Amino acid sequence: MNIDAPVIELVDVGKTYRSGSLSVDALRDVSLVIGSGEFVAVSGPSGSGKSTLMHIMGCLDVPTHGTYHLAGEDVSAMHEDELADVRNRRIGFVFQQFNLLPSLTALRNVELPLAYSAVPRAERRTRALEALAHVGLAERVEHRPGELSGGQQQRVAIARALVTEPALILADEPTGNLDSGSTLEVLALLTELHHAGRTIVLITHEHDVAAATGRVVHMMDGRVLDESLTESVAR
Amino acid sequence: MSWIDTVRTGFEAVRSHRLRSGLTVLGILIGIAAVILTVGLGEGAQGQVRAQINALGSNLLIVSPGSSTSGGGLRGGFGSASTLTRADADALASKTAAPDIAAVAPTTSSSATLITSSSNWTTNAVGTTPSWLRVRARKLDSGRFFTDTENRNAAAVVVLGSSTADQLFSGRDPIGQTVSINNVPLQVVGVLAPSGSSGSTNDDDTALVPFNTAAQRLFGGSARTAVSTIYVEATSSGSLSAAYQETQQELLALHGTSSSANADFTITSQQSILSAATSVDRTLTILLGGIAAISLLVGGIGVMNIMLVSVTERVREIGLRKALGARPRVIRRQFLVEASVLGLAGGVLGVLVGLVGAKILPHFVSSPVTLSPAASCAAIVIAIGIGIAFGVYPASRAARLAPIDALRTE
Repeated sequence: MNIDAPVIELVDVGKTYRSGSLSVDALRDVSLVIGSGEFVAVSGPSGSGKSTLMHIMGCLDVPTHGTYHLAGEDVSAMHEDELADVRNRRIGFVFQQFNLLPSLTALRNVELPLAYSAVPRAERRTRALEALAHVGLAERVEHRPGELSGGQQQRVAIARALVTEPALILADEPTGNLDSGSTLEVLALLTELHHAGRTIVLITHEHDVAAATGRVVHMMDGRVLDESLTESVAR
Repeated sequence: MSWIDTVRTGFEAVRSHRLRSGLTVLGILIGIAAVILTVGLGEGAQGQVRAQINALGSNLLIVSPGSSTSGGGLRGGFGSASTLTRADADALASKTAAPDIAAVAPTTSSSATLITSSSNWTTNAVGTTPSWLRVRARKLDSGRFFTDTENRNAAAVVVLGSSTADQLFSGRDPIGQTVSINNVPLQVVGVLAPSGSSGSTNDDDTALVPFNTAAQRLFGGSARTAVSTIYVEATSSGSLSAAYQETQQELLALHGTSSSANADFTITSQQSILSAATSVDRTLTILLGGIAAISLLVGGIGVMNIMLVSVTERVREIGLRKALGARPRVIRRQFLVEASVLGLAGGVLGVLVGLVGAKILPHFVSSPVTLSPAASCAAIVIAIGIGIAFGVYPASRAARLAPIDALRTE
């Protein structure tokens, strides 16, 4: 990993979905650079291509053309197995639906990404406990997702995203399923992580949420419309 | 992901859908139990037949006079001529000429009326040598068998079959009593234990006398020198065919006959009776086993069905695991382990049900059920194999799911 390189460097990235004779350009020549330690929101209405952008940034999908360097590493033409490893080591995901496994305790959920990178069991437990303590859930490690509130579940998910010490935390509508109280809680946590030096990209269509970040990338029809610094930075 | 974690995850997935997993396991369980019980039933029935036939005398060859094979020219049919002699039996007993023969018992038999002071009974009197007891695998209930010395001296002794003793002495101790055959008084020295064989009825109704006594003192006419049957015991069941060859060659040479087609005797082996009896059982076992195997196949399809449902239902989970860095191979392995856990559970429970069934079933059917540990282990392995075989397709489907499609599903 190149320390000096930007965390995300997209150059003329495009994504075309084909279904039969129909082809849809979900993303057209997007170029975007996100530096280490930035807190960026990608905002736009549905169909603007922000989800596709998030999938490509998250190595869940590969671009049709263009190049993508994640932390200095070219991931635009990687094989499925390599992509899985990149996701495991470099990216922490936070989803709108939390996506915790209901049958596992909070601790086991947080341990999960470490299990896929073959971290020994004892170390897994220590690191997962640390991550859960970090999000303020040290008392709830043995609870299952069903026994936690929405806000608590999302904090478990953030702990899971943190536990691998990734270069990038990618949050896809992390507050979309939360009430306003929990939304503030989660945003406060993400802001705190940002202050601690984490690189965070947040996908949202909510203006209030985007405003909590440092920079907003506006998307429209598969293109980057404009970028603006938010008040929190401008101030 | 390490194997321990994969197996643990597999068990957790099976446990978290108790009802569904239970029903799937039930399918495998029934198949495995059915296979184990049918195979056990077949084994038991074959074992029973084998035991019954072995009870007649293990590793036994029966040499009868005459020939049952029809040839050209005038020749007597089976049993019509007394072509076997004491000399034949003595030749077969020779260790150098026939090393695979353990013992030989020539017999000469005739219907005879046994008379005591108070009753009489007509039965089959058999003159033989002391080796008869061993060759026919019989035991004595009381007293003793006659000895070689008594045979050589044509002593006036007799050993009675259990039912013959009952007829003549009706409960009194027959040992030391006197029985007359053809006006020759014979002392009863022993009584045979019941043979337990349900086959021939006259096994327990017989009177055994030394061969020489029968030949020289009791029977007249052709019975004096002739031997009606020679019983030959092979050293082991493995050497039965060798003993068969030796017997045939020896007798052909003694009788001056060159080819076995012209032989004036017939050799029957226990094996021929055994194979005839067991072939019926085997056909039945194959038939039932086939039905059981089909039920196992249905159980396997059940596993596939459940795994496919499981994949569809857990699309989000698969997507999440992939997003967290699970390679397709790891996802495939996880679902295969899950399917084999179902198979393993079905196999183990099926064997347990089979064991219980093996205890209960003999009360309803006459045949015993023989379960072998090897077959039980094989059944468990087969059950796991079924889980894996029918899990491959659903597992590959799960592994191929694109993480974005999987995560998008609500």
